[in-house]
Amino acid sequence: MDAHSANPAIPGVPGHPPRDYAEEHHGAPGGLRRWLTSTNHKDIGTLYLWFSFAMFLFAGALAMLIRAELARPGIQLVDPAVFNQLTAMHGLIMIFGAIMPAFVGFANWMVPLQIGAPDMAFPRMNNWSFWLLPAAGTLLISSFFVPGGAAAAGWTMYPPLYMQGGIAYDMTILAIHILGLSSIMGAINIIVTILNMRATGMTLMKMPLFVWTWLITAYLLVAVMPVLACAITMMLTDRHFGTHFFSAAGGGDPVLFQHVFWFFGHPEVYIMILPAFGIVSTILPTFARKPLFGYTSMVYAVASIAFLSFLVWAHHMFTTGMPAAGQLFFMYTTMLIAVPTGVKVFNWVATLWRGSLTFETPMLFAIAFVCLFTIGGFSGLVLALVPVDIQLQDTYYVVAHFHYVLFSGAAMSIMAGVYYWLPKWTGHMYNEALGKTHFWLTAIAFNVTFFPMHFLGLAGMPRRIPDYALQFAEFNLIASLGAFVLGAAQLLFLYNVISCIRGGKPAGAKPWEGADTLEWTLSSPPPYHSFTTPPTVR
Amino acid sequence: MKKKDGWRQAMDAGSCQAWHRLRVICAAALSSCRGGLAALAIGLLPGGARAEFGINLQPPATIIARQIDDLHTTILWICAVILVVVFLPLVYALIRFRRSRGAQASTFHDNTPLEIVWTIIPVVILVAMAWPATETVLAMKDTSAADMTVKVTGHQWKWEYEYLARDGTPEGSEPVRFFSNLATPREQIGNQADKGEHYLLEVDNPLVVPTGKKIRVVLTAADVIHSWWVPAFGVKQDAIPGFIRDTWFKVDEPGTYRGQCAELCGVNHGYMPVVVKAVPPAEFDAWMAEQKAQRAIAKAAAAKTYTLAQLKDQGEKLYATNCAACHQPNGKGLPGAFPALDGSKVATGPVDGHLDVVLHGRPGTAMQAFGKQLSDLEIAAILTYERNAWGNRAGDVVQPAMVAARRNAGAVASAPASN
Repeated sequence: MDAHSANPAIPGVPGHPPRDYAEEHHGAPGGLRRWLTSTNHKDIGTLYLWFSFAMFLFAGALAMLIRAELARPGIQLVDPAVFNQLTAMHGLIMIFGAIMPAFVGFANWMVPLQIGAPDMAFPRMNNWSFWLLPAAGTLLISSFFVPGGAAAAGWTMYPPLYMQGGIAYDMTILAIHILGLSSIMGAINIIVTILNMRATGMTLMKMPLFVWTWLITAYLLVAVMPVLACAITMMLTDRHFGTHFFSAAGGGDPVLFQHVFWFFGHPEVYIMILPAFGIVSTILPTFARKPLFGYTSMVYAVASIAFLSFLVWAHHMFTTGMPAAGQLFFMYTTMLIAVPTGVKVFNWVATLWRGSLTFETPMLFAIAFVCLFTIGGFSGLVLALVPVDIQLQDTYYVVAHFHYVLFSGAAMSIMAGVYYWLPKWTGHMYNEALGKTHFWLTAIAFNVTFFPMHFLGLAGMPRRIPDYALQFAEFNLIASLGAFVLGAAQLLFLYNVISCIRGGKPAGAKPWEGADTLEWTLSSPPPYHSFTTPPTVR
Repeated sequence: MKKKDGWRQAMDAGSCQAWHRLRVICAAALSSCRGGLAALAIGLLPGGARAEFGINLQPPATIIARQIDDLHTTILWICAVILVVVFLPLVYALIRFRRSRGAQASTFHDNTPLEIVWTIIPVVILVAMAWPATETVLAMKDTSAADMTVKVTGHQWKWEYEYLARDGTPEGSEPVRFFSNLATPREQIGNQADKGEHYLLEVDNPLVVPTGKKIRVVLTAADVIHSWWVPAFGVKQDAIPGFIRDTWFKVDEPGTYRGQCAELCGVNHGYMPVVVKAVPPAEFDAWMAEQKAQRAIAKAAAAKTYTLAQLKDQGEKLYATNCAACHQPNGKGLPGAFPALDGSKVATGPVDGHLDVVLHGRPGTAMQAFGKQLSDLEIAAILTYERNAWGNRAGDVVQPAMVAARRNAGAVASAPASN
């Protein structure tokens, strides 16, 4: 109760005891039908999370092959053609198959629970938006086995190189179309749910921050996924129907693709990090037993980051040779993003200040997020400066930068969220010792893998090469050793999740004493249909 | 000139004594860590040549690269200071405010003046960073008043260099133009031989430029986007098919500078290094004269007739440089990606059909139009080799004159079509 009244941003709930809703309503259908035909937000959330976990492990295995090849100079395991397939598919599958669906899974599970809604606004569309994913995933994975192998032109798919590929390149375009469709439907569902189905009394500025970040992310998705669809459709017609959007020989321009792609691609970066901000902003106050510092400024910071993300795309293209005025404009707007991002980091530190901290696994991941994401933010600032970017563009420095943002940012926030809500989802406590082991292995191995990549990039190692000059050998070996530990540690995560589902200490409705959002007012696991009578928020 | 390095002078002359001292201390700390790391890595790595690894930008050889280096150092230190300022309270909080130490949670959740201050301070820092960066951007973009111009064309997977004469090419003489291919032997890449000192960073024909001259580089590409990068010059510029971009550099110290293609350009993206040899102007003039003399000799050689053995022998080397990347040294290709030549219909069928593919390429695939890249003699040698190597036993000899004839026939035949 203390925690409720302590935080004005997060609503308190009048104290009616959780009822057994399962008795009043029908439960889940049994067997396979439950999953195929489900319109239940919890089931669909579970499906999203398992799909993304499977893709995470698959794309991670591709990364292990990449690091095995790069452990020593020379060609060891895979020839350069296969190497390029590995890097391209690792990127595509991690982004579209692992990180984005994981966040949508969190949204499915937690948004209705946190706003006191019985389900998502469009339950049938929700089912469809999930079941598109396995189709797209199958297309991407099976493209490894068609003649010529998978698409090998990088996850950015730049023409004219992308024009040279075989059938797998068309399969990839189709897969991304399907994934985009799924994302757009998911996003519409989330927007409508949040705007229309909040519990009585929950004004926008009383919504938990995770809900806020997802509302803004969903708008970003609706805005930019069609832009990506345009880019790859133009590519498809260039490949097969005689258009020349991206071919100078027919009056087109290959750089046009980059502009369209990055107009999608930069907001996409924030699509993958804003929900992470939301998860971390939920976990830190819980384990600090203290309200989130600067809730209002957090909301405005997220909104301004989202707005600015539309004005910075060409910072991915400083070496294409745009005019000085263009370079300067995009340099200034990019640097500006550091301001709201800085505000968020300061707020997180202030949230911990004079709290009463405990360090359960979710908290460890959340703190590591704050530290490592900040490092990724700094390298982003370095890259924003055009002259420095000219040296670092397309080097391992960039690889280091975006893995600090996407692994220690997005992926580690997902892990934090999984540990945080596993007791709610399953009704059991996970194994804390195993969770902490997973955390420390991940955090240390992550830094061993990716920190040396800053040095490699500065010293001049290009990215996306299967083999390298001898001065890069030492750091590549260190990075590879780190990567193998990092990869193996995730199996521990898988084991911990499975054993938590199978059993464990009962969690009770609210295992975290500092937690105060609505989901903790329900039993663990929550009834199949929850909040059929909306709660009232003061 | 004064404008260009104004900010750097200001940095050197002004308040930056302490700054420099800090950098020296940092460099010393880094180099000692480097020793330890190297020892660790040497224990783990197999034998062969070893190159000194770096943890910072390569030593700059041009004014722009120096400005970039300074800019990077400055921002690195600013970031380091901010990092300490942010992380000190964080670490303090993590230690001091533990519940296990009896910490009671406070309930504050806002502090408007503090929030305004920590929004404004970053803005001020960013403006301070943007100022020198802007000056360098303008200097990098200034390609005017160049002493000479080199045209760089990216091909899958080699660079083509062409020296453009200032007042156009003199009547009747072709500009000096050549290809620059990876020179590292395949055995080193396949780990059958010890790797040399400049493994993957060595070419057959480096770009040669005079020192002390402002060199304008204009870039384009023949097939896909490449990126011409020499770290020591602070130059990285995409080469985009169908478009011309430009950049510049001026090297002061003679020497060999090495870089690589920086934009993913297909299978052998990792195998197209950039090597620039900067020599004193007199030496450059002598080199240029020799290049022109060699072209005359090559022209005479194309007029001769050769035996199968002569052409096949030369063809094998040229095949290794120009064709083996895709079609593989054993002619088997890579199934699904690159067709085999061993036993293929093209390489064992009529010479004219074979010549057409090599001269004009196959549009929409990685097969390039080698007619624009190689001389008649070189193409004759490659074809003769391909038709008589591995299991292929065509037994015919392709002479340079046949290539020239097909080249002209093709030009005539395609003229109306292109209209």
